[in-house]
Amino acid sequence: MTISGVALLAICTLLGTFLGDLLGSLLGVKANVGGVGIAMLLLIAARLWMARRGLMTPGLKFGVEFWGALYIPIVVAMAAQQNVLVAARSGPLVLIAGVAAVLLCFATVAVISRLGKKGETMDEIEAQAQARAQGDAPSPGKHAV
Amino acid sequence: MEMLTHALSANALLTAFAIVGLVMWLSNAISKHLLFGRVHGSAIAIVIGLAAAFAAGLWTGGTKGVVDIPVFAGIGLLGGAMLRDFAIVATAFEVDVVQARKAGAIGALALALGTILPFIVGSLAAVAFGYTDAVSITTIGAGAVTYIVGPVTGAALGASSAVMALSIATGVFKAVLVMIGTPVVAKLIGLDNPRSAMVFGGLMGTVSGVSGGLAATDRRLVPYGALTATFHTGLGCLVAPSILYLVVRAIVGG
Repeated sequence: MTISGVALLAICTLLGTFLGDLLGSLLGVKANVGGVGIAMLLLIAARLWMARRGLMTPGLKFGVEFWGALYIPIVVAMAAQQNVLVAARSGPLVLIAGVAAVLLCFATVAVISRLGKKGETMDEIEAQAQARAQGDAPSPGKHAV
Repeated sequence: MEMLTHALSANALLTAFAIVGLVMWLSNAISKHLLFGRVHGSAIAIVIGLAAAFAAGLWTGGTKGVVDIPVFAGIGLLGGAMLRDFAIVATAFEVDVVQARKAGAIGALALALGTILPFIVGSLAAVAFGYTDAVSITTIGAGAVTYIVGPVTGAALGASSAVMALSIATGVFKAVLVMIGTPVVAKLIGLDNPRSAMVFGGLMGTVSGVSGGLAATDRRLVPYGALTATFHTGLGCLVAPSILYLVVRAIVGG
């Protein structure tokens, strides 16, 4: 059932929000502490638990994934209701913080991905997958991934 | 005309679906035909949203962007905290735990650095521009992590709408930079394998920036980058309003 997926998502979100509020009051911060993050972990846990018991129906999956697919449009709607006027008037802050953060992260990617052994490139992985696929009897509709 | 306005206002959420859908469609068309896939459609849509909020702010003198125009009230519901959190949580459903484990320690390191480094940069910039209260500094710092972590943190800490807007603008600007910049620097930073794509996703964070940037670099790398990037937002939402806020409050006081 599709509604069971939507309900599962709602329960995880509500529970996460509640736990986030609880954690906030325990920490003495008058705020919701990581409610969304907790809800995400709950949903991942619920998915693994249900998959193991064979409770994961296509309807249930659809009920959750539909909302995941609406994530970008919802962010667009969120952007459209911000006080952009005020943000634009203090423009340089956005420029400096954005550029500095991105450059620093690009540099860090370069350093970290050179740590340890070099991973196989996408081309190499695909070549191997193709070699395996050719070794197997060709089965229609099966992806070589 | 009055009847049309009534139909739109009485079905506010449906109006919002229709408008946002049209904006997304238009953005994807611009991305595909005018910019040849260089900038992801979702980035353009977000910029259109921010531009509309800017124009509405000028026109109405209000603080809530297009929502201050009665016909667009449904945008407030669609992009409000309730549905926003609902949709973010839903994206966790796509995380493949087995794949995530493969990234292992280096993915975790990238995630941690990807949260802390931009946060420090954003916070320092906030301080440099005269913000002295812990809530504003944390919210702007969180915005430099991603444009989701920013408003989630700001909402949790009770930041002002202006600071929230700054925070989101920083995150969106970062996402746009990532989308445009990634294909340019891809070779330089060794972005040609799943492992570095996961490191990249963990460090850059913004899901639309990462998926847009990787899509413009090598389509096959997208799921790997998006995988760590989806953890990134959750991690940011978890630590920014809690640990990072407490650290900032301990440093600046109040």
